[in-house]
Amino acid sequence: MEPSEIHALLGENGAGKSTLMNVLYGLLQPDEGEILIDGRPVKIKGPSDAIGIGIGMVHQHFMLVPVFSVTDNVMLGAEHVRGPFLDHDKASKLVLEVSQRYGLPVDPDAIVEDLPIGVQQRVEIVKALTRDVDLLILDEPTAVLTPQETDELLEVMRGLKAAGKSIVFITHKLREVKAVADLITVIRRGKTVGTAPPSAPESELADMMVGRSVLLRVEKEAAQPAGSVLGLSQLVVADDRGLQAVAGVDLEVRAGEVVGVAGVQGNGQTELVEAIMGLRPVASGTVTLDGAVVNAWSTRQFLDAGVGYIPEDRAVDGLIREFSVAENLVLDVYHQKPYGSKFSLNPDAINSGATEKIDKFDIRTRTAGYAVGTLSGGNQQKVIVAREMSRRLKLLVAAQPTRGVDVGSIEFIHKQIIAERDAGAAVLVVSSELDEVLSLADRIAVMYRGKILAIVGPDTPREEIGLLMAGITSGTAPESAFAASMEEAAAGPAGVALADEALPHVHPTAGADTESGGAPEGSDPDGSGGPDGSEGPEGKAA
Amino acid sequence: MSEQPPVEPGGLPGPDEPGAAAEPKAVKSHKAEGKGAHRDPKPTLAQAFLKELWADNTFTVTLLAILLAGLVAALLMVLGDAATRQQWAYLFYQPGTTLQATWDLLSVSFGNLFKGSIVDPDTFTRWMYGMDGITWQRVLYPISETLTFAAPLIFTGLAVALPFRAGLFNIGGQGQAIMGALAGATVGFALGLPAPLGWIAATIAGALLGGLWGYIVGILKARTGAHEVILTIMLNYIALYFLSWFILQKGVKDPNRSDAISKPVPSGSLYPKIFGPTASESGLRASLAIVLAILAAAAMAWLLRRGTFGFELRAVGYNPDAARTAGMKVGATLALTMALSGALAGLGGTTMAIGTAGVLTVDVVGQIGFNGILVALLGRVKPWGVVWAGLLYGALQAGGNKMQTGGVAVHADGTTVIVAGVSVELVGVIQALIVIFVAAPLLVRAIFKLRRSPSAAATVGLAKG
Repeated sequence: MEPSEIHALLGENGAGKSTLMNVLYGLLQPDEGEILIDGRPVKIKGPSDAIGIGIGMVHQHFMLVPVFSVTDNVMLGAEHVRGPFLDHDKASKLVLEVSQRYGLPVDPDAIVEDLPIGVQQRVEIVKALTRDVDLLILDEPTAVLTPQETDELLEVMRGLKAAGKSIVFITHKLREVKAVADLITVIRRGKTVGTAPPSAPESELADMMVGRSVLLRVEKEAAQPAGSVLGLSQLVVADDRGLQAVAGVDLEVRAGEVVGVAGVQGNGQTELVEAIMGLRPVASGTVTLDGAVVNAWSTRQFLDAGVGYIPEDRAVDGLIREFSVAENLVLDVYHQKPYGSKFSLNPDAINSGATEKIDKFDIRTRTAGYAVGTLSGGNQQKVIVAREMSRRLKLLVAAQPTRGVDVGSIEFIHKQIIAERDAGAAVLVVSSELDEVLSLADRIAVMYRGKILAIVGPDTPREEIGLLMAGITSGTAPESAFAASMEEAAAGPAGVALADEALPHVHPTAGADTESGGAPEGSDPDGSGGPDGSEGPEGKAA
Repeated sequence: MSEQPPVEPGGLPGPDEPGAAAEPKAVKSHKAEGKGAHRDPKPTLAQAFLKELWADNTFTVTLLAILLAGLVAALLMVLGDAATRQQWAYLFYQPGTTLQATWDLLSVSFGNLFKGSIVDPDTFTRWMYGMDGITWQRVLYPISETLTFAAPLIFTGLAVALPFRAGLFNIGGQGQAIMGALAGATVGFALGLPAPLGWIAATIAGALLGGLWGYIVGILKARTGAHEVILTIMLNYIALYFLSWFILQKGVKDPNRSDAISKPVPSGSLYPKIFGPTASESGLRASLAIVLAILAAAAMAWLLRRGTFGFELRAVGYNPDAARTAGMKVGATLALTMALSGALAGLGGTTMAIGTAGVLTVDVVGQIGFNGILVALLGRVKPWGVVWAGLLYGALQAGGNKMQTGGVAVHADGTTVIVAGVSVELVGVIQALIVIFVAAPLLVRAIFKLRRSPSAAATVGLAKG
């Protein structure tokens, strides 16, 4: 690592990126080998050692106390004291100073749990910077961010680099790496496979990551749609706070086709899918399955009727981490033959079925008896895919089927989804990754603020879909330059930052909060930023 | 499938394989990659406790905890015995005497613990040689006492362990046991059926009313989200005061007695003694209760390992969101779990009423409900663990009674010394110490410099019964 460098660490899930960085930050101890800082070997016994020699880390999971203010969180572990009392004023001044110096606007008195995820992350960065670190480790920082927040983060990284800080940027998203890194190191199976400049083509980086050629597009035949399987009519669904998240959706999914729902996260997709699966009550409108109204069906009725479901958050809804791979593979069919009956399970059938699925779906686990929580993210997702696709499906509902999954597994999962379609199932794919929707869907429904704005074909240009995702239908398109910048921000992370002005209060759910909250803070505090806010921090960076 | 992964030369699992060093990372990563908003599964109190209990609590730690408790108990005994304490003042003048006195005290006391709970070697020898007319009943007496005390504790221990696996903390074993005792005894003297119908009916009644007492908690939790800890504590009070009132009612209260005590349960509704009908005259109290307790443990082990409902119960315990997504009915599972738990605790109370006491008094169930929590934790909330823990607790209680009697220490030179007994309260302290050390595995590991076993978190043997 050089000073003032952004060094990207790229690798599949489970390749050892985070482990390596935890060693550097002193959370884990190396078995052998040494760490050199300024040419001298050092022993890092814990985070305080790491901070002492100028290494700071922003974890995937924010290490913040939700009910504390920003200042309290920043001073936690390095409290400013005056006698026996905490010196809040001094700490709060420090927060302000650091946040201004590096273009990281945060309100020192805000309570952390009230802040959007993107701002919380900023607090983490500020926290690290107040410790006077020279090397900042960002562990998959974009995994939890919306595309807009991602862009802001990339800007911040450039700013920090300009201020002389070095950054280790851990990710498996190729685009972000190319956008911001000075040097890319690819790690696979715990070993460095090579380094590459950011100008290297994406396909080459992907090759290095997974060790073989990866198709970034799924090869598939044209769809042969048959009769309607799933029908949604004027569907209205409320979110957890009772607000209308799905506001009258009409959609039809036919057998043998993939319908993709594209949209910025938090536009009602989660609630839509949960309502379809009987996990959330339908406020009004109808859900039909094979023509029959199924509004009041329980989740089990849907599953038993041949609906497969890949939930968007596998850790929360998809898997039981403490259960074995074998148990997770029968999580929704354990009561059916041959795995079990109303009263007892059949462990032999469960285990032999698991062995078969592990083989067929290439789930990398030592044994079927291993806890699923010990698997890498991609393999966990494959467990869900294997479970849902091992029975005859009439309809597959896949929400964010490849989120946080490495490139190799993405390809595999996409192929399985297409195979399911070709076997005659109706498939509904919901994804906030436009690329995923584009490569899978035969028809694309763009969702915005709880409504389907349009249903377009798979050959529609990205830009057009991006506009729709931002809520702009052809009739209302604003001036072109503005629209273009906004489209990019909505469509992909590598675009121009701060399309927030174009997306005021997208939707009153989690993702939208982030945006509305991000908008005022995203604009440059010095006032130098124009309508194109990216001029702000970046201007200083360059 | 044709798209097999790249097979590395040698095909050996690399360091990035799950379970290796990358483990914590793998666990962490997928959570963060979840929704934009944080939606990590939030562990309930019971879940967090369970994790802590299993991550560290190897068999060794349990054993060491018992050992440590014994050491601290020894210290307390020395401090508590006036004669020995005075001897320690002369440690530097007569170290031999001081140590001898300490040894006398400890050997007699711990010896009594063994003699009172398992077997008295002296009695055994005399019985072997046919001396003093010692019968086999005398030899078995300590074991019989241990089993008598253990049976209800195993029941209430299971009643805490089962809902624990579903993520519920059942503090209500006491109330459920009281209701079980009440139902069992009432059916006993109300119906007056002959054996075995009498005790079968009483057992069923005890399980049903205890189960109802648990089900109330489960259904309120499932429907309204009320916290089970609060509910169970309150229901404990209700049960206790209901029993106090109930005993005094006409037809229940023993008319020949002035104190609060019920009529005796007729013999047809009492559990048969396992050492034979004549054994009860010789003081061998151990009844069918212990057999039922072990059967209950076996049933629970089967349920958790092989039962469909056990699968749902464990799934709900670990991750209710995923359970719901997989089509399970979380609320119904919780309610049924609490009903089963209440039935187990109720049976514990029934065994006290129609196995041991034979009458209803206000404290007929003693503290078995609360001690059940300790037994469950000591048994690491696994069915067979609970059986062992219950036996240990029973042994401590049986032996504790014997410890009060003191004894005679015989020295190598043939002289003898009379040693005073240890107070029964101290036995309670020892029991508490064991649980403290078991519940604080970090402490035990720190004392013995044990390392956390790396496989503890990974092996799923844990997830099984």
